Amino acid sequence: MADQSEASDFVVHVDQLLKKIKYVYLFATNQVWNPLFEPLPRNRTYEELERIAREVRKDIIRVTNAAGSGHPGGSLSSADILTALYFRLLKHDPKNPKWEGRDIFILSKGHAAPGYYSVLAEAGYFSKEELMTLRKMGSRIQGHAHTDVPGVEVSTGSLGQGLSIANGFALSYRLDGRSQRIVALLSDGENDEGQTWEAAMFASFRRLDNITIYVDRNGIQNDGFTKDILDTSPLEEKWRAFGWNVIVIDGHSMKQIVEAYEASLKVKGKPTAIIANTVKGKGVSFMENNVAFHGKAPNKEETVKALAELDAGRGSQ
Amino acid sequence: MSPAAVKMESQRREYGRALVELGARNRDIVVLDADLSVSTRTADFGKAYPERFFNCGVSEANMVTTAAGLAMAGKLVFASSFAVFLTGLTYNQIRQSIAYPRTNVKIVASHAGLSVGPDGATHQMLEDVGLMRGLPNMTVVVPADARETYQATHALASFKGPAYMRFGRADVPAISDEGSDFAIGRASMLRKGADVTLIGCGQLVHTCLAAARQLETEGISASVVNMSTIKPLDTGMVDRCARDTGAIVTVEEHNIINGLGDAVCSAVAAHYPVPVTKIGTMDTFGESGEAGELLVKYGLSAEQIAMKAARTVETKKRMR
Repeated sequence: MADQSEASDFVVHVDQLLKKIKYVYLFATNQVWNPLFEPLPRNRTYEELERIAREVRKDIIRVTNAAGSGHPGGSLSSADILTALYFRLLKHDPKNPKWEGRDIFILSKGHAAPGYYSVLAEAGYFSKEELMTLRKMGSRIQGHAHTDVPGVEVSTGSLGQGLSIANGFALSYRLDGRSQRIVALLSDGENDEGQTWEAAMFASFRRLDNITIYVDRNGIQNDGFTKDILDTSPLEEKWRAFGWNVIVIDGHSMKQIVEAYEASLKVKGKPTAIIANTVKGKGVSFMENNVAFHGKAPNKEETVKALAELDAGRGSQ
Repeated sequence: MSPAAVKMESQRREYGRALVELGARNRDIVVLDADLSVSTRTADFGKAYPERFFNCGVSEANMVTTAAGLAMAGKLVFASSFAVFLTGLTYNQIRQSIAYPRTNVKIVASHAGLSVGPDGATHQMLEDVGLMRGLPNMTVVVPADARETYQATHALASFKGPAYMRFGRADVPAISDEGSDFAIGRASMLRKGADVTLIGCGQLVHTCLAAARQLETEGISASVVNMSTIKPLDTGMVDRCARDTGAIVTVEEHNIINGLGDAVCSAVAAHYPVPVTKIGTMDTFGESGEAGELLVKYGLSAEQIAMKAARTVETKKRMR
């Protein structure tokens, strides 16, 4: 018996030593976060971010039109948040998607895949040509977020699971003493799912302060306005009651998206929920606040009109 | 071997013991439970390694998906609860977050089957093997006794990818000896006969052995196979049994729909068609009662297995 426990102690020691050696190796080869090494510029101005978001919105229109289906409304409402994350806030490297030092992003609202893919293509994870194969047979660019696509961390599509996945990453990274941030983007209608609240309760109970989530509150779900289908208000009070640090922002203000994230990094002992008030279909006048465009692609004329509007930088404010 | 000499052992206890051993060896092992850790015996791991044990409360959906997140981040995760909750409340979570991305999560359920006993139908899971074997990328293991449960837990830890293992609440008779070894995907022939093969899983493998002894007194020579992995099925073994005995009886503590019986039928139909009789619960829910008396009431006793096996041998003769 004594021999056995000595043997297992020895195994544990060797295991720990190997881990340390691996960490030094990863650090030396820029595979874990190293402040001396920045794979992407993370100092872009709000104006630059807005310009990139406009390109992303154009791609959302083009790619859903080419696919003939998909979810443009919730992709357009998330476009600014996704752009800010991938072009300023997250530590990541498009040339090395599995870089050990990367922050973890989970698109819990997996149907916003056209927005997610457009941002990833814009960041250089894969080509714009490949982006245009969205939803086509044989393509990696699956209808909902899928891990075969470079840069996609987690396959999603069935709502309510993203925050639990984030909990798992957060627990694991805390156990290993890793400092990377775990970020998830939830939809408005996703607050209907019971699992979202199971996960919310778990995250605050376990004090997972390495988690930041955005809730894209665009007020519309598949069948209509959330206030008519299943009203989730008062949403900020619910998240607060579940033990979260809550920040409410305008989800189309780059400044507010960035500042809320940076504030969340300083919060100790609690996860942070950034409730982003957004407009479904944002940036295209006839898609804004239009339930029809939750899960319907623009046709040819609509696409021409939408691209013209985005080029002109219009869309209601 | 007289019934009195049979050693009764807890599969749950051996699962808990194996987890504690694995925890000492591998610091990346994390264990989750959903407020049933004393019953599933994951509490033993929790006591030994509190920093790597997370009781998620009564929230199975969050638990299995959190398990998926931990595994995506590099951990080897065992998540446990009762079979009815662990597969029934969480099917879509397992589908999207474990099976589809091939997450390295081991879903280990106790309290499967009728032998849960007095708790009744709400707690007697008879459809879990069907749910799990229907998922692409999923491996399904049903160990026959305590020793095999211990071995299977170690085997699952070394195996990369999603897997489901189920066992019951009650202590079960030992069938494997010190010399036997378990491997995922490999069935073992416990007894060689000529007229019919009894293919069982879980604690009913022991009942199959008893049925085979009874058949012997009636002049029928029966093989007995322990099919401890339902998926991937050891089709080589099924094929051999079909050829050697020409008749098969499957025995499981599970609905006859979607379980071991259907898996065996598919293999038999594809490779070497012979008559197969499926023994299990007949597309029905269970009820409260003591484990032993329920197994008899629902047709899972050695006598009933022997009777159906004899009938299957008759069917085989008629077909010739």
